[in-house]
Amino acid sequence: MAMNADAIVVGGGLVGSAIGYGLACEGLRPVVLDEGDVALRASRGNFGLVWVQSKGLGNPPYQRWSRTSSELWPELAERLRTETGIGVGHHRPGGVCVCLTDEEFGAREQMMHAMRSQMGEDGFDYRMLDRGELKELLPGIGPAVVGGSWSPYDGHANPLYTLRALHAGLAARGGRYVPEAKVQTLSAASGIFTAATAHGRFQAPRLVLAAGLGSAALAAQVGLHIPVFPVRGQIIVTERIAPLLRMPTLILRQTDEGSVMIGESREEGRNDDQSGIEVVHRLAARAVATFPLLAGVRMVRTWAALRVMSPDGYPIYEQSESCPGAFAATCHSGVTLAAAHALRYAKYVAQGSLPEEFQVFHSRRFGSDVRLAS
Amino acid sequence: MYASLPDAAGPQVSVIVDGKPVAVPAGASVAAALLLAGAVPSRANPVTHAPRAPYCMMGVCFECLVEIDGIPERQACMIAAAEGMRVRCAPRSSPPERS
Ligand SMILES: Cc1cc2nc3c(=O)[nH]c(=O)nc-3n(C[C@H](O)[C@H](O)[C@H](O)COP(=O)(O)OP(=O)(O)OC[C@H]3O[C@@H](n4cnc5c(N)ncnc54)[C@H](O)[C@@H]3O)c2cc1C
Ligand code: FES
Repeated sequence: MAMNADAIVVGGGLVGSAIGYGLACEGLRPVVLDEGDVALRASRGNFGLVWVQSKGLGNPPYQRWSRTSSELWPELAERLRTETGIGVGHHRPGGVCVCLTDEEFGAREQMMHAMRSQMGEDGFDYRMLDRGELKELLPGIGPAVVGGSWSPYDGHANPLYTLRALHAGLAARGGRYVPEAKVQTLSAASGIFTAATAHGRFQAPRLVLAAGLGSAALAAQVGLHIPVFPVRGQIIVTERIAPLLRMPTLILRQTDEGSVMIGESREEGRNDDQSGIEVVHRLAARAVATFPLLAGVRMVRTWAALRVMSPDGYPIYEQSESCPGAFAATCHSGVTLAAAHALRYAKYVAQGSLPEEFQVFHSRRFGSDVRLAS
Repeated sequence: MYASLPDAAGPQVSVIVDGKPVAVPAGASVAAALLLAGAVPSRANPVTHAPRAPYCMMGVCFECLVEIDGIPERQACMIAAAEGMRVRCAPRSSPPERS
């Protein structure tokens, strides 16, 4: 039996759920189909930063898009809270990238300067802080810290609460989330898309392919191209401690509950989500060099998860030319962009076309020389 | 993680909970010993200072952290009580210092 909806979203991670929720906010009744616990799911294992300061050097539209999302985040968090009762732990106190050597500081300074230059009259607020200034923001920093870059756009949120709230918000607005519904095939005929799953076939006049690493294999069936591949990241979480970090840094953040998360590793060519001692050691060593107090804090857990990476690291957003109601959405920073996906991207999908400035996000930028997901 | 229920009438071990000896069935977890000894709340949440005690008894909630034989923040539900073991429930008295 075919089940009808106004839109099918394939993938129930942060990207698909944000877009599904956004479509429901536009008055559509979407169905979000998700494979389930067996899939590799970045949204369940990420670090939770809403991070802007270092995103989009060489790609001003991406820089703008990240900033737009950071600016929309308070609205998303507040909406989710009123509609679902779930607080997603979003804070936007600004953020710091801590530098441990003069070389790091110099490189950071250059990069931040270039980020500002490319923003032109839109401006880009940041400051390079020397050790003394940084210590005022983050009193716990250790003697190894040279300084850092600060920007007001950065923040963080609890990614699991965010995901849960998006699912609850979707349901509250008449959409559906269907777990254990891996899409096996996608097809289009007379403007209607059909997604075949073990739970039956779903049909709708719109389709958004947002299945993370699972998108690569499905894209061609509806005239899209999503050449994403995995990049492994590992995270350490500590016991709960009294508030130590007033604002997130690129590798350390403290949750509302007091846990300190330590992250920011990147390993290419890995298809598994096993964590390993060398990376954990390196993460811990840098964390302790940054905040010596952490040496006496106990680790509770470590884990790894796979990022969904495109060949140049920028998002892929496109509309199918052969099947015009089909859209692709994938990105490296699904927490950061959740607000833009829910409150902007979903509008474009509902209206039926992407704005002109989204051309830079089309996969045709990769030409035919693409690196396929393994 | 799971073991058969300790036989209450069987052999016992004595652990010291906050300085007081408590007899518990051999094989029971430290969390069970805390509950038997009535040593609850066993810690305070370091952020809200709310009183906490062993809750899930299976290693998931991290509400049962206590000091065991001088090592802080151990998961009491995942560790078997042993003869002479010293358990300290006092919550971490002060937040970590800010340097
Ligand atoms: C270690 C780590 C740290 C990170 N830190 C941050 C951070 O601090 N800030 C930030 O913004 N981003 C961060 N990210 C990135 C962020 O987690 C991802 O960008 C985001 O989760 C991607 O969401 P997604 O929905 O595209 O993918 P996923 O979460 O992978 O979801 C894809 C979903 O699609 C489903 N699926 C797959 N195939 C099918 C199919 N055939 N049919 C139906 N469903 C299917 C899966 O079940 C899955 O739920 C981090 C990632 C990692 C790994
Ligand atoms: S009681 Fe839940 S982890 Fe020990």
